[in-house]
Amino acid sequence: MLSVKNLFVKVEDKEILKGINLEVKAGEVHAIMGPNGSGKSTLANVIAGKEGYEVTGGEVTLNGTDLLDMNPEERAREGVFLAFQYPVEIPGVSNATFLKTALNEIRKHKGQDELDALNFLKYMKEKMRVVGIDEKLINRPVNQGFSGGEKKRNEIFQLQMLQPTLAVLDETDSGLDIDALKIVSAGVNSFRSKTNAVIVVTHYQRLLNYIVPDYVHVLVNGKIVKSGGKELALELEEKGYDWISNPKGEAVAV
Amino acid sequence: MSTEVENVEELTLKEYKYGFETDIETDVIPKGLNEEIIKLISSKKNEPEWMLEWRLKAYKHWLTIMDNEPSWANIKHPKVDFQDIIYYAAPKKKPELKSLDEVDPELLKTFEKLGISLQEQKRLTGVAVDAVFDSVSVTTTFQEELSKLGIIFCSMSEAIKNHPELVKKYLGSVVPYTDNYYAALNSAVFSDGSFCFIPKGVRCPMELSTYFRINTSGTGQFERTLLIADGGGYVSYLEGCTAPVRDENQLHAAVVELVAHDNATIKYSTVQNWYPGDKEGNGGIYNFVTKRGACRGVNSKITWTQVETGSAITWKYPSCILQGDNSIGEFYSVAVTNNKQQADTGTKMIHLGKNTKSTIVSKGISAGKSNNSYRGLVRVHKNAANARNFTQCDSLLIGDRCGAHTFPYIEVCNKTAKVEHEATTSKIGEDQLFYLRQRGISQEDAINMIVNGYCKDVFRELPMEFAVEAQKLLSISLEGSVG
Ligand SMILES: Nc1ncnc2c1ncn2[C@@H]1O[C@H](COP(=O)(O)OP(=O)(O)O)[C@@H](O)[C@H]1O
Ligand SMILES: [Mg+2]
Repeated sequence: MLSVKNLFVKVEDKEILKGINLEVKAGEVHAIMGPNGSGKSTLANVIAGKEGYEVTGGEVTLNGTDLLDMNPEERAREGVFLAFQYPVEIPGVSNATFLKTALNEIRKHKGQDELDALNFLKYMKEKMRVVGIDEKLINRPVNQGFSGGEKKRNEIFQLQMLQPTLAVLDETDSGLDIDALKIVSAGVNSFRSKTNAVIVVTHYQRLLNYIVPDYVHVLVNGKIVKSGGKELALELEEKGYDWISNPKGEAVAV
Repeated sequence: MSTEVENVEELTLKEYKYGFETDIETDVIPKGLNEEIIKLISSKKNEPEWMLEWRLKAYKHWLTIMDNEPSWANIKHPKVDFQDIIYYAAPKKKPELKSLDEVDPELLKTFEKLGISLQEQKRLTGVAVDAVFDSVSVTTTFQEELSKLGIIFCSMSEAIKNHPELVKKYLGSVVPYTDNYYAALNSAVFSDGSFCFIPKGVRCPMELSTYFRINTSGTGQFERTLLIADGGGYVSYLEGCTAPVRDENQLHAAVVELVAHDNATIKYSTVQNWYPGDKEGNGGIYNFVTKRGACRGVNSKITWTQVETGSAITWKYPSCILQGDNSIGEFYSVAVTNNKQQADTGTKMIHLGKNTKSTIVSKGISAGKSNNSYRGLVRVHKNAANARNFTQCDSLLIGDRCGAHTFPYIEVCNKTAKVEHEATTSKIGEDQLFYLRQRGISQEDAINMIVNGYCKDVFRELPMEFAVEAQKLLSISLEGSVG
């Protein structure tokens, strides 16, 4: 489904990603772990098409289609979804209006009929139940005055509403208490299917107890330095990232 | 990221939809301004002697100040040559119109094209329209139905003829011709406009509306509107305007006066979409307008709501004089400037009576290389015990070559007054745009969504039909601002 080949990315003349290779197949969940500043958000943003990043080499394709050539909205309509590390507030625009516009753009792109207000409402109610999100939040302006946890939950609600083919979750666990973490994870797990794929970006192992990955990749300093199964996450938790960065066991200050 | 800024600016290139010209036989008087011209206007309109005298007094006053065009506003433009303007142009028509069937079909078509149906029977929603084409009112709809309630809704010309006592009593009582430069000019040469009188205790059952259209090249439009709500009366009034695309600057200098007596309420809403000029700043309307409402009676209320998207230059400050105790003044404004447009707009709230309250919500949006200023005065006189004002003044910038400025003036002479002022300036964030686009919404729609959200507090004040219109206009104004 998603294929990242030898991807090099610069931000303001600084090389951030230095040759990333990643193959994600339908039905899989991949975790990308790594210390702060290693380039995880950069990778997520480049997949979603955020401006300000210069791709200096490599390719990113979704089911064979070149993503790098498309603007962000085209990628979204093709099925790329990014759950933001820092969801943005849009004053005066209700969540419902925003989602109805987004959903109908995606449906139009797929050649489906746009949902009218009534059908949209029915569909939304259904998805609200899945994520256990409060009606009050839906009618409020997008993310405005939401707590950190509410914002993250709103991201997962949007994931459920838009049903993308590839979901990239950037630090969705940060700022969540254990109850919120469980709800958010349940939202992601019920989204998982044979026809879609999920990339979970995190620097804590904790989330992976709830969203169990098929593969774990460790990103350090712009490179994937190790890949493995879900046990790799536990190992990292125990030994820290320095263990990976210095696999020969050289002494490193923590 | 500078590419992004350029993209955003591109989005703000707009197409003006209303730029067509109507080919219609027009009665045009010679260019220029002098006593003879004023007499000619007055005689074209078959005015009574007292009206001509009033005009001439105003003209004589204007002569004393004609070299002092106001320069304090944050706008720049070449000096207006007042001798190079045609002060009266009217569609040729049969002298007396008995019904709509007699209106020139070209004119009816023009208004249809603008989305304004003058065919009463066709209108589903109850909006009575007075349509002003160049210098004259061409038709007023629903007059008969309204007159059953004692409501007078007609053109100013008709009011001068049929209701001289009311006109004499109220004309110039809120904006005297000595008030300011353009008010003096308007008083001398005004051609037409709307007149409305709501009698005691009557709630006007439909929205009243005037639609202004400048058509003839080289003309100025100087309309005069007078609205009176007698004790306990209520009226909601809408005003819209457009003009053809031309590379010349045309002057629009209107005066609007509102009078609210005891317990009366007037809501006055404007969607101003005069031609703004092209991308380079050629052409467009100079919109120099004086609008003022007097809350004369106790518990009276005047609400100004304006959505200003057009004009090369906008200079207007719809104001409230809160004379009656417990009276309320409100001002809700969205002003959009794009390309090389300039706007200096705001309000004045003058608190004279006790327990008077005012609310100001101003949303400025600047794009392109435009310049947008809010200028507002809140004055509390020494007898205005317990006066309250709340001002919220926000500026939104699209791109980084536009300007936003705020000039709040607060003069408080009574210790019991409470005056609050909040101001913010923000940019449409790249982060906000990316967030919406990441959900599949195009950049253009994303900008519209953000801007509409930002203006929500003002749009809420507009009558439903107008709110939709305003949102559409806003998106046209910002059309093409992303590549
Ligand atoms: N817009 C930017 N401008 C400058 N440096 C940036 C920008 N975005 C990211 N970086 C730098 O790129 C590196 C990787 O950042 P990021 O992808 O956010 O890491 P992570 O998500 O793994 O914490 C960091 O050194 C960060 O400072
Ligand atoms: Mg990050």
